[in-house]
Amino acid sequence: MAGKVKWVTDIEKSVLINNFEKRGWIQVSESDDWNFYWMSVQTIRNVFSVDTGYRLSDEQLVNHFPNHYELTRKDLMVKNIKRYRKELEKEGSPLAEKDEKGKYIYLDFVPVTFMLPADYNLFVEEFRKNPSSTWIMKPCGKAQGKGIFLINKLSQIKKWSRDSRTSTFLAASSGKEAYVISLYIDNPLLIGGKKFDLRLYVLVTTYRPLKCYMYKLGFCRFCTVKYTPSTSELDNMFVHLTNVAIQKHGDDYNHVHGGKWTVSNLRLYLESTRGKEVTNQLFDQIHWIIVQSLKAVAPVMNNDKHCFECYGYDIIIDDKLKPWLIEVNASPSLTSSTANDRILKYNLMNDTLNIVTPNGEIPDCRWNRSPPKEALGNYQVLYDEEQAQSDGAERDLRSRSGQALGPKSCRANTLRPVPATWK
Amino acid sequence: MEEGAELSVVVSQVVQRLRGTHLHSHLEREAKECLHRPEIRIECLKEDVRNFLKKTGWERKLQNAVYRELHVLPQPSHAAAPPEHTKEPLAYMRKAQACWEKRILKSLNSMSTELGVPLARKRPVREQKELLQKWSEMGTNEPDLSHFRPVYAPKDFLEVLTSLRNPNLDSSDEASCRSHLGLIQVSLNVKDIPEMREFFCELSLEKGQLGIDDHTSFPPDLFESDHICLGKKVLSEQDSAAAQQYSRQGCPTGLRAHLWALILNCSNDPEDVMHYEQLKAGVINHDLLVDNLIYKDVKLTASNDDYYFVFEDYLYQVLLCFSRDTAVLEHFNYSSATPPTCHTKGQSGAEDGTSVYPPNGVVPFHGFSMYVAPLCFLYKEPSQLYSVFREMYVRYFFRLHSISSSPSGIVSLCLQFEKLLQVYLPQLFYHLRETGAQPLRIAFKWMVRAFSGYLATDQLLLLWDRILGYDSMEILAVLAAAVFAFRAENLMEVTSLAAAEAVLADLSTLKVMPLLQIFLFATVI
Repeated sequence: MAGKVKWVTDIEKSVLINNFEKRGWIQVSESDDWNFYWMSVQTIRNVFSVDTGYRLSDEQLVNHFPNHYELTRKDLMVKNIKRYRKELEKEGSPLAEKDEKGKYIYLDFVPVTFMLPADYNLFVEEFRKNPSSTWIMKPCGKAQGKGIFLINKLSQIKKWSRDSRTSTFLAASSGKEAYVISLYIDNPLLIGGKKFDLRLYVLVTTYRPLKCYMYKLGFCRFCTVKYTPSTSELDNMFVHLTNVAIQKHGDDYNHVHGGKWTVSNLRLYLESTRGKEVTNQLFDQIHWIIVQSLKAVAPVMNNDKHCFECYGYDIIIDDKLKPWLIEVNASPSLTSSTANDRILKYNLMNDTLNIVTPNGEIPDCRWNRSPPKEALGNYQVLYDEEQAQSDGAERDLRSRSGQALGPKSCRANTLRPVPATWK
Repeated sequence: MEEGAELSVVVSQVVQRLRGTHLHSHLEREAKECLHRPEIRIECLKEDVRNFLKKTGWERKLQNAVYRELHVLPQPSHAAAPPEHTKEPLAYMRKAQACWEKRILKSLNSMSTELGVPLARKRPVREQKELLQKWSEMGTNEPDLSHFRPVYAPKDFLEVLTSLRNPNLDSSDEASCRSHLGLIQVSLNVKDIPEMREFFCELSLEKGQLGIDDHTSFPPDLFESDHICLGKKVLSEQDSAAAQQYSRQGCPTGLRAHLWALILNCSNDPEDVMHYEQLKAGVINHDLLVDNLIYKDVKLTASNDDYYFVFEDYLYQVLLCFSRDTAVLEHFNYSSATPPTCHTKGQSGAEDGTSVYPPNGVVPFHGFSMYVAPLCFLYKEPSQLYSVFREMYVRYFFRLHSISSSPSGIVSLCLQFEKLLQVYLPQLFYHLRETGAQPLRIAFKWMVRAFSGYLATDQLLLLWDRILGYDSMEILAVLAAAVFAFRAENLMEVTSLAAAEAVLADLSTLKVMPLLQIFLFATVI
């Protein structure tokens, strides 16, 4: 079975194609007998749809999970995380602990969010508690900053709902043009006076058991204009949105660096200005919320063995160095805006392929999904449920002979996955 | 006897300089106030007050201030030597520097005339208000700078340095003249490797070193955690001299900002903040021609840099204030340079209509902003960023663009670099020279900028740790030579300057400390 991998893609990006060609793989068309299909999210819908779908063989691999939208659609992600928190609370898990104000201590990592129009009344109730806050409206199914706007008055949302009642709300009932409204993080960490967000890449090879990898070479995306929380600038999207698709139309967009800063720069800056401990803590927390978001969707995810997925996580850090999960993208852009970007994305694809198609051979989706350390490249293991469980079992044995587990030690054990799994 | 006399001169100079400083009045006030304390006894007043000042940390502050003054105190010269000798002992160097200044001044003046832009003007009130509002986002200003050109670039300066000649040198002795094959044609006393090994002994292979992660004799993690502990102790002692010594083995990222501020004695006191605010007011009130040069420089360099573009606005906030800071003029006491003077029409001040221009006496050149950029990684408060940069400038950076015989001066660094290469890599040196790729033509820009903008920031900071630690910039020449040594194999294959430049175009992947160590301590001599 040492044949060449036959590949198809409907995303004509050189960082992909160069990687396939480097491996000596053979390009075929969609209707041929393929082994590896790097597809858009539109295509994956057809592959797994009841009417048009077809049975994948053991030697076929695709780059999405059938219902990835449970994680990558803004409304569904929030719904799943809310459900996950409630379940943990019901189980009495120490993770679901709340502070005196009723806020989750460990699981409060997504800005308060409501679905519109469905949760309109809940939203109004929350808005009235904090009338001076700013909220951000996003269409559920769109990406790259399209259709996003900010509001800070109830009248604005009323006007919007009137204006769009005929078109949008009708569509919303069919689930297509629904919006989410989230509390806007109006105290973002600023560097050089500018706002930024983090784009991190996470690879999932299986949800049950969960095995995920973090790419070390993420980057920060900077706004070109100085950040101001002033409400007069609510309409200036260059201030608020870091999406390259938005920023590159600004006057100040720089085509040499594209407003992108490596995560290692961020680390150096934070460690230098804030110290090593808080910086490590921040990055640990980022890893932790990513794992929690994946655990939240794991039970509802169709863990099809032919699938893997490389997600683009968007994270904002506030001025207290708390990371917030903003959204997860199923098709992180493979367009390269600068030379460095191109290298990064080429390597990202290279390392991804090295993990999901070991040795560049024809995939066998029944494989154990435990790549050797040498194959990880710039990925590091973020969480490996199997390993964590065996570690946990071991720890259980050890602790049984010792003292009973108090709530404190219990938290220490379960709060964060064993450090060894990502360091 | 001789030494004692010299020492007393130094002591009186330092005392002179500290008198009238904020520290002096603070000390006086503390001493007066402590008299009311019960533990201060009249019988042994002097001793008790001294003990009190020691206990409350004031003595340490005084020590650090004295230590700072010692760094910038001009070298004591012979009693009979004329005063300009303290600036630069060699007459031909002084002359060359004066010539160079004249050229810069001329080009500044002609720029003003040609473009019809006054050297300085008071801003109308409306403009002042606008600028004040935009203070922290000056990068969004898009003035038309297409007519402004940098007054000079490192390349122009190199031409001047290569044409330096010592008129007293007997050129009939051809053998000694020909022995140096580099571009620098003057002889200065520079260190060879054995002397370097002694000078940089803390960098030796047997010593633990931040910036090296594969020690053979040291488990790096162990060294690092020990070193961090020690660093914390140094910080708690607040001792400049100890911090400087410590920095020789590298500063841990998390402690660096504090350690550097301690070494440079930049405490970011309320006085420093106020001083910065005054400078800021100066920027708001007056518009200078050199502001355009600063803008242009930032746009050409830092704004396009992968590491530093984020800090564009901070660079304006520092550099514009710097150009107005007359406290910078003090460094001309021990610099070979003299501040330029211009006729500034309509300016109040000197009656004959001439004044130092720009007010700090420093004309920025292409790449100047790169002296500030790496510091933006360490300090997020503009006023502190400012005072650290200013101190770095008046201690070190000014030497990189003035003609002098100082061992940290650019001429010595160039010569040092060429000698190291010629002596320890003669084949490579000869090959490049024959190819028309004189190594200094490539390395010069690195050294003028102290490698800022060429190395990855973490590596650059490790390098600057050593500049501070050894209070010397000779390490720049060593690193430049070490880079050539590291890429020697590829360089031996090039046949043109362009090809050699291509081999050395990207230094961002280099690890500074291993390169330095190998070059200094593992080169066969």
